[in-house]
Amino acid sequence: MSLDTIPEARRQIEICNACRYCEGYCAVFPAITRQKAFADGDITQLANLCHNCRGCYYACQYTEPHEFALNLPRALAEVRTESWEDFAVPAPLARVFQRHGVALAGLLVLAVAVMVLLARGGGRTFYDVIPHGVLVAIFLPAFLAPLAVIGVSLRRYWRKVGGGPVRLAHVVSAARSAGRMRNLDGGQGQGCNFEKEERFSNARRAMHQAVMWGFLLCFASTLSGTVLHYLGWPAPYGPFSVPKLFGVPGGLLLTLGAVGLAALKPKGDRGLGDPAVWGGEMAFVLLLALTGGSGLLLYAVTGTGLVAPVFALHLGAVMTLFLLMPYSKMVHGFFRFAALVRDAQGR
Amino acid sequence: MTWDLVVIGGGNAALCAAITAAEAGCRVIVLEGAPKPYRGGNSRHTRNFRCMHRGPLSVLTDEYGEDEYYEDLLKVTKGQTDEALARLAIRGSEESLPWMEAHGVRFQPSLSGTLSLSRTNAFFLGGGKALVNAYYACAEDLGITVVYEAQVSHVAMDNGLFEGVDVAVAGGPIERIAGRACVIASGGFQSDVDWLARAWGPAARNFLIRGTPYNRGVVLKDMLDQGAESVGDPTQCHAVAIDGRAPKFDGGIVTRLDCVPFSVVVNRDGKRFYDEGEDVWPKRYAIWGRLVAAQPDQVAYSVIDSRSLDLFMPSVFPPVVADTVEELGAKLGIDGSALAATVTEFNAACREGAFRPQELDGLSTEDLDPPKTNWARPITDPPFYGYSLRPGVTFTYLGLKVDRNAQVAGPEGNYPNIWAAGETMAGSILGQGYLAGFGMTIGTVFGRIAGREAAAYVA
Repeated sequence: MSLDTIPEARRQIEICNACRYCEGYCAVFPAITRQKAFADGDITQLANLCHNCRGCYYACQYTEPHEFALNLPRALAEVRTESWEDFAVPAPLARVFQRHGVALAGLLVLAVAVMVLLARGGGRTFYDVIPHGVLVAIFLPAFLAPLAVIGVSLRRYWRKVGGGPVRLAHVVSAARSAGRMRNLDGGQGQGCNFEKEERFSNARRAMHQAVMWGFLLCFASTLSGTVLHYLGWPAPYGPFSVPKLFGVPGGLLLTLGAVGLAALKPKGDRGLGDPAVWGGEMAFVLLLALTGGSGLLLYAVTGTGLVAPVFALHLGAVMTLFLLMPYSKMVHGFFRFAALVRDAQGR
Repeated sequence: MTWDLVVIGGGNAALCAAITAAEAGCRVIVLEGAPKPYRGGNSRHTRNFRCMHRGPLSVLTDEYGEDEYYEDLLKVTKGQTDEALARLAIRGSEESLPWMEAHGVRFQPSLSGTLSLSRTNAFFLGGGKALVNAYYACAEDLGITVVYEAQVSHVAMDNGLFEGVDVAVAGGPIERIAGRACVIASGGFQSDVDWLARAWGPAARNFLIRGTPYNRGVVLKDMLDQGAESVGDPTQCHAVAIDGRAPKFDGGIVTRLDCVPFSVVVNRDGKRFYDEGEDVWPKRYAIWGRLVAAQPDQVAYSVIDSRSLDLFMPSVFPPVVADTVEELGAKLGIDGSALAATVTEFNAACREGAFRPQELDGLSTEDLDPPKTNWARPITDPPFYGYSLRPGVTFTYLGLKVDRNAQVAGPEGNYPNIWAAGETMAGSILGQGYLAGFGMTIGTVFGRIAGREAAAYVA
C-alpha cells in the first residue's frame, strides 16, 4: 500500500470524525463515527465505500484555502485507485489500463483486428460471420478468466478490510443500496454534486443506473441467447424473442447512459477525483458506449452486407471490456459491492 | 445606479434579508467581505437551528413550546434579554423552518453524540456551509447581485437617511454604492484582536477565534461612531475552552475538547483551579473559556489516563501521550513534578464508588480544594494523555439596538431606512451566555423581518 495516500486520507478522516456534519450524505460518515482509530484496512474500506458524490466537499468548512485542506472525495479516490492496483493480479496491468486511456484504445483496435481476421465475409447473420462454436471457444475463457482474477482480488480485499462471513442479509442490504445507487442520492434524494458544483443533481446517478441496468440486461440477453441455442433454437431472434426483449432496451440504456456519463464527466471538477485515472475512466465509459451502440447497430444491419464489419467491431469492444474487467474502471462495481457488504456487517 | 437594497454581510442573516426583499421585488446587492471560499461568516461553522414547534416538525421530535424555549434562554442569559424581541425570535422560528426548507435548506436528524438536542434543534444536512450554499444558489436564481471581498468602511447618511456605502472591492479603491435602503448583517468584532484586547484586556491576545477572520466590526464601529444606539456589554465575548493547538481563526467545531469532566485540569504551574466535574460538559464548556482566560498565559492542560480515552468525542488533534504523569507534564511543556504532585494529591482524595460517565454520578473527591464533585476517578492507568486548552471566542455581545421591526435606533429615533439582523444585533436578546442554535434563529427571523421591512419601505 502506498506510503502517501493512506496517511493523507487518515488525516482527513480524523478531522471528519471530530466534525460529523456530513453524517446524512452517505454511508461513509456513519461508518467513520463507529471508530476512533483507523487502520490501513479501515481506510481502504472507507475509500471503496465512497461513491464520489462530492456532497461532503461542497459542504465542508475546511476545504482549501483553509489550513486543514480537506478534500475527502479526492483523498479517498486516490486510495481507491491504489487499492485496485495493489489487489489486481498482475498489478502492473491495472496500473497501465487504469491510468492510460490510450492503452485501452490500443487493445480495442487489436481486438477488433483479430475479430476482422476471424470473420468470414458474406453472411447475413452473425453466426455466418463467425460460427457459434468459435465464439464460445474464444469468449467463454475471455469472460471467465478475468472473473476468476477478480475473485482473487476480492479475496485480498476482504482480508485487508477484515470482512467476516457473508450472510444473506448483508448481500440484500448491499444489493438494495446498489440497485437504487443510494450513495449518490445525497441522503435525501437530491442527488450528487458532480457537474453543478454546490448545487445537487440526479443526472449522474440516473446515467450510472442506466449503464448498470443496461449492462445487466445485455448480459441477460446474451445468456438467454446461449440457453436458446443449446435448446436448438439458434439466432437470429425476432423482435419479441427473449434475447431481444432483454437486449434492445438493455443496449439502449447502456448506450445512452454511457454517452450521458461521458458528457457529464468533463463538467465535474477533476481535482475532486483522482486526476491520474481521469483518462482511463473516460476511455472506459466510451468503451461501454461503443459496446452498447455497436450491439444495437448490429441488430439494425441484420440481413445486410454490413453484418461482418459491425460484428467484428462489436465483438472487439466486448472482448476488450471482458479482458479489462480486472484492470479498468469496470472493477469498481465489484469492489463497491464488496464494500457495501462489509459496511452492512459493521452496522 | 441606485440599488433598492444594499445588504452588508454575507452570512445567514444577510441572505435571509436579501432573499426576502428580492422576492418582494427589490433589486438587491449583497456585499460579502470574505472571498467566495470563506463566504457566509460564522454561519459556515454552525450546525443547527433552535426551533419552537407545537408538534413534530420536519426532523424535530415531540414539541418545544414558546415558554419552555424562553425559560431555556433565561437560564443561560441570567435574565439579560429583551423579552419582547426574544419571544419574537422564538415565535418566528416555527414558521421559519418551512421557509428555510422552501429555500433549499435541508435538515437531518440529530448527529451522533447530540441526541439531547433532537427535540429542540434541527440540524442542517452537511452543516452551516451547506445552508449558506443553498441560500447563495437561491440568491443567484432570484437575480441578486453578490460581490465578494467587498469591505464596507462607511455607511453614508444624510441627516439619518441612508444614502449608500463606501466599499473597497478586492483591495481596490473605495467607491460609493448608492441604495434606498440598507440591511446591516455583518456580525460582531471578535476577529479584530486589537479591539478585543482593548475591550477585555491584553490577555485577549492569547485567545483563539473559533470562526471567520472577517468579522472585524468595521461597520458596527462606523455606526456607533455616527451615534447609533448600542446594546450588549462592549467588554464581553462568548468564549469556550477549546484545543490549545487550534488555528488562530476558523478552527470551528473540530477544535472542541470534551475531555474536561473526565480529567484533572491544571494551569501553567501545574495547579488545579476549578471543579472539573461540576456538571455535564454541554452545560460547562462556556464557563471554561473564562476560567482558562483567567489563568496565567491563558492556557490550561487537561490530563486523563487510558481508562477515560474513549469516553468523549474524538478531537482533531491527537493527545500528547506519556507513560508517567511526570513525563507527560514535561511533554506538555510544564513542570512535570508539579503536575505529578497535583495528580497524586487528587488521586489520594478520590474515594470508592461507581463511576458512571453518562450521568452526574456524585463520585466526588474528599478534602480537596477545589473539589471535583463528579467523575472523580483516580488517574492511575498508563499511558497518560494530555491536551492543552485555550479560550476560543465564538462571538462578541456588543451590537446595534433594534426594535421589533429590526430597525436600527439612531441618536434621534430609528433610522428610517436602516435595519440590522444577526450577530450584529443579537446582543439585545443574548446579553450573556449562549443557547445552542439560537444564533441561527435570531439571524433567520430578524433577517427575514429586515428584508420584509426594507422591501415595504422601498415599494
